[in-house]
Amino acid sequence: MKVLVAVKRVIDYNVKIRVKPDHSDVDLTNVKMAMNPFCEIAVEEAVRLKEKGVATEVVAVTVGPKAAQEQLRTALALGADRAIHVQTDEAVESLAAAKLLAKVVEEEQPGLTILGKQAIDSDNNQVGQMLAALTGRPQGTFASAVEVDGGADDKSLKVTREIDGGLQTVALQLPAIVTTDLRLNEPRYAKLPDIMKAKKKPLDTKTPDELGVSVASGLKRIRVEPPAERQGGVKVGSVDELVDKLKNEAKVL
Amino acid sequence: MSILILAEHHDGQLTEATAHVVAAARKVKESIGGDIDVLVAGENVGAIAEAAARLDGVARVRVADAAVYAHQLAEPLGDLLVALADDYSHVLAAASTTGKNVLPRLAALKDVSQISEIIGVESADTFQRPIYAGNAIATVQSEDALKVITVRPTAFDAVGGSSQDQGSAAVEAVEAGIDNALSSFIDERLEQSDRPELGAAKIVISGGRGMGSGENFKLLEAVADKLGAAIGASRAAVDAGFVPNDMQVGQTGKIVAPELYIAVGISGAIQHLAGMKDSKVIVAINKDDEAPIFQVADYGFVSDLFEALPELEQKL
Repeated sequence: MKVLVAVKRVIDYNVKIRVKPDHSDVDLTNVKMAMNPFCEIAVEEAVRLKEKGVATEVVAVTVGPKAAQEQLRTALALGADRAIHVQTDEAVESLAAAKLLAKVVEEEQPGLTILGKQAIDSDNNQVGQMLAALTGRPQGTFASAVEVDGGADDKSLKVTREIDGGLQTVALQLPAIVTTDLRLNEPRYAKLPDIMKAKKKPLDTKTPDELGVSVASGLKRIRVEPPAERQGGVKVGSVDELVDKLKNEAKVL
Repeated sequence: MSILILAEHHDGQLTEATAHVVAAARKVKESIGGDIDVLVAGENVGAIAEAAARLDGVARVRVADAAVYAHQLAEPLGDLLVALADDYSHVLAAASTTGKNVLPRLAALKDVSQISEIIGVESADTFQRPIYAGNAIATVQSEDALKVITVRPTAFDAVGGSSQDQGSAAVEAVEAGIDNALSSFIDERLEQSDRPELGAAKIVISGGRGMGSGENFKLLEAVADKLGAAIGASRAAVDAGFVPNDMQVGQTGKIVAPELYIAVGISGAIQHLAGMKDSKVIVAINKDDEAPIFQVADYGFVSDLFEALPELEQKL
């Protein structure tokens, strides 16, 4: 079974972001970028499926600017076999990203497509679900365990999902779409020889035009602002003082 | 045009989140008028529909009661919403795991964008939502004919409900003839707890890596019992296996905004703050004077939690 894994280039999760003075967006100049953490988990899961002999080929795909090739090379260093870069400098909203990925799914026909459950920049949590809808495939979102059933013919997939009250397990008909939650696995680090080898692995570039998809969006970002600052608080010296303040000053007890 | 809300329910009960989503819908209604309808989809959901009918501001409850909707799988629920959506200008759901699972499917099938986890309504087409783990607030405008929106429940005060015997909204059945060959339910393992639900609790006390072990969470439980509080955890505590993952507060867990949030042995990483920094009063108990949590805490107590917690329990 072929496995497709989608990755996104985002601001590194440790970076404290700044809003641009003109409130048009977050300032990304000279900021450290990285693979979205949920996407790393998706790559790791795909590579593990290959190591188990379930996946025959792992194909990494991204939608984004030229620099996003770095994240594809990372995916290749982690064990993906080849990569597809849908290159565009436009800001791509979830629906357009899902449409572009749907075209790639149509061309590649993967048995399983794995994405992160959300990108830590837009925090949308939409693309996997939209991709499933557009391709008419079932979805296993917020996965904390993935198990391919059915032996050689690989007909179904068992996905354990993190839901609000606990865990839910569902069976999905393959081909299917899965989005990863944090506890699905612990991603490995790329080793230097693998990083060198990844430079020689095939990387195809496509454009939204070639795929026949418009990246225009019905959603306009009007402004971006920093959130309200919290007032700096006080330190207390004892439990008595803390309880007293909570009762008499904050009046929350 | 009218507004449709996908009701959130669990274990045969309408959850509090739905009353918060109705509040957001009423703000949208201020600019467009129309009715607020609630869709209750599931199996044996008669009592849930009655509870939804009592919520203030709800005109009509539409009930899809069939085995195919049991466990609220995304594939049949998405198809059901697509079948109903043409009657509405807005479809709203709580930004819960159910809402997040289903609504993007509807949006894609209707070829519109989805607006995730709104925290403010400026007008019928303009909304505020947090991005970058809550470190920026984006105001977005939708030009789509259908607005598909998930709502952060803690950002809107729940609407009230009328008493048992005066259900105000009409309740009617929906027959949509949906089937589902794509997915099926296998099982569910829910965490059992007598404490208030984490997302709705007035007081939350959370433990982090500093707790040292799952066993030590008993110290938090003792304080939580005195306060009637829910217990949360940081991702570090969950990843270390101290507590189950549905207790996680943060960007990748639950978003809470209680009256009082007590963070114990939690350093205050960006991803944790994203889940709790809209709490009214924040208390931090940590032995590291430099921990970032003290920058957002209204009351900080630099202390060993193993001494502070038993003393706190005793003095409450």
